[in-house]
Amino acid sequence: MAAALINVPSRAKRGDIIEIRTLTSHIMETGFRHTMDGTLVPRDIITSFTCRYNGTEIFRADLFPAIAANPYLSFFTIAKESGKFEFEWIGDNGYASTASASITVE
Amino acid sequence: MTTRPVTRRNAVLGIAAAATLARPSILRAQSTGRVVVVGGGFGGAACARALKRMQENLQIILIEPNAVFTSCPLSNEVIAGLRNIEAQQFGYDKLAAESVTVIGETVTTIEPQQRSVVTADGVALPYDRLVLSPGIDFHFDALPGYDETASKKMPHAWKAGEQTLLLRTQLEAMDDGGVVAIAVPANPSRCPPAPYERASLIAHYLKTKKPRSKVLILDAKDNFSQQRLFEKAWKELYGDMIERVALSQGGRVTSVDPSTKTIITEFGNYTPDVANVIPPQRAGRIAEIAGAADTSGWCPIDPMTFESKLVPNIHVIGDACLGGGIPKSASAASAQGKACAAAIVNLLAGDAPETPRLTGVCYNTVAPGYGFSLAGNYQPRGDIFAEVEGGATSPVDAPRELRAREAAEAERWFQTITAETFG
Repeated sequence: MAAALINVPSRAKRGDIIEIRTLTSHIMETGFRHTMDGTLVPRDIITSFTCRYNGTEIFRADLFPAIAANPYLSFFTIAKESGKFEFEWIGDNGYASTASASITVE
Repeated sequence: MTTRPVTRRNAVLGIAAAATLARPSILRAQSTGRVVVVGGGFGGAACARALKRMQENLQIILIEPNAVFTSCPLSNEVIAGLRNIEAQQFGYDKLAAESVTVIGETVTTIEPQQRSVVTADGVALPYDRLVLSPGIDFHFDALPGYDETASKKMPHAWKAGEQTLLLRTQLEAMDDGGVVAIAVPANPSRCPPAPYERASLIAHYLKTKKPRSKVLILDAKDNFSQQRLFEKAWKELYGDMIERVALSQGGRVTSVDPSTKTIITEFGNYTPDVANVIPPQRAGRIAEIAGAADTSGWCPIDPMTFESKLVPNIHVIGDACLGGGIPKSASAASAQGKACAAAIVNLLAGDAPETPRLTGVCYNTVAPGYGFSLAGNYQPRGDIFAEVEGGATSPVDAPRELRAREAAEAERWFQTITAETFG
């Protein structure tokens, strides 16, 4: 499921502080809910998010059941060089999803 | 489900009946005094009229700067060219004829200590009880780039009148094949299902006149009122003409650039041909001046009396108040106005207010002859209003005859509430 939305400025000046926004579609089932007939709905959440900038990890987040569906994460970094941001979401039941975005730094 | 329309009609009549029933208990005690009502919309006008009818010897002053009131309900039909704006407009002559003193001024200051309101011409009017029914104002700070000037280019049409006509003119001027974007704010906001009714009726206009065009909804919410009914109707009537980008698809609008008519969301930019930007809202400015609005921008109230939790002797009704489970609608404002009037009459007489039970109805017309509705009942639970049993929404699967009947009822509802308030 190609479910991620990414917002990275396509261009920036060297040394600029840039905002990165990500949103991925995910149910984030807490594991605390029951169905009508009383069976527990198993937990199904994203547990980890990572962002790498030209291979170097610049941001990581651990996610927990209290985080709402479709996790939206926004963070800042300094534009150092042209290249690629890679994003990775890892979760329960072997969930893994990736996305990437390029930036030109002048 | 064939009995539903009847239920709906009864619900509308129920509002009038409730106000009438309140009379006998009120006539027991004779109260005198002066009540000033600020704002002559569905809430304020209904409240002023109910006060006068319940207690003739009360002096009732209604302060409203506009000589003519333009109704928001049904104004989406004006945008779509299905209705003239004159059909939306009402004066205050009948209220004046019932000895409500109508003052055509703007209130600039409120002195809760002295219990007086001051109008723009410098006149101070003392009150025993003050009712604020100021509706909404726009929270421009929450949408960078958008303000009064921007609204001339990217109309909100969220206060009926000039803005309604401006949006209609822009639609008429658009070429076939154009995109009409509607930016929808998060709740709380005035009339939560109305943006979707608007999208539907604009799609109807486009389908009829400019069939290659599209409607794009950029939404700060994932879910909305009567969603399944709307989505079914869209598919049935308009195919893929209406596209909606929900919150979780990056639909939240974060800023606008009126110079290029660009709408900026968290994940992309849009440059539609017509940009209908509905900004985030808060209580009308006078509520803030009175000190009745909290940091949310809305007014917390005691649900028994509608008295402000922040300023004594000031009551807040309609869109401006934090009504708990009650959606911000004309129908709710009218019911609140009458219940507030009953509470004030009791308070002035030194009697305990009775527990109000409010009914709110909401009709959506998605095409001529295709409507559906929602009705809810609300009562105080603790210190807010909560929805109680007895509410109903139109069934998702229903024959077109029912949709046609509900569309006709929407018109009748409008005739009833406007006659009751202004007629």
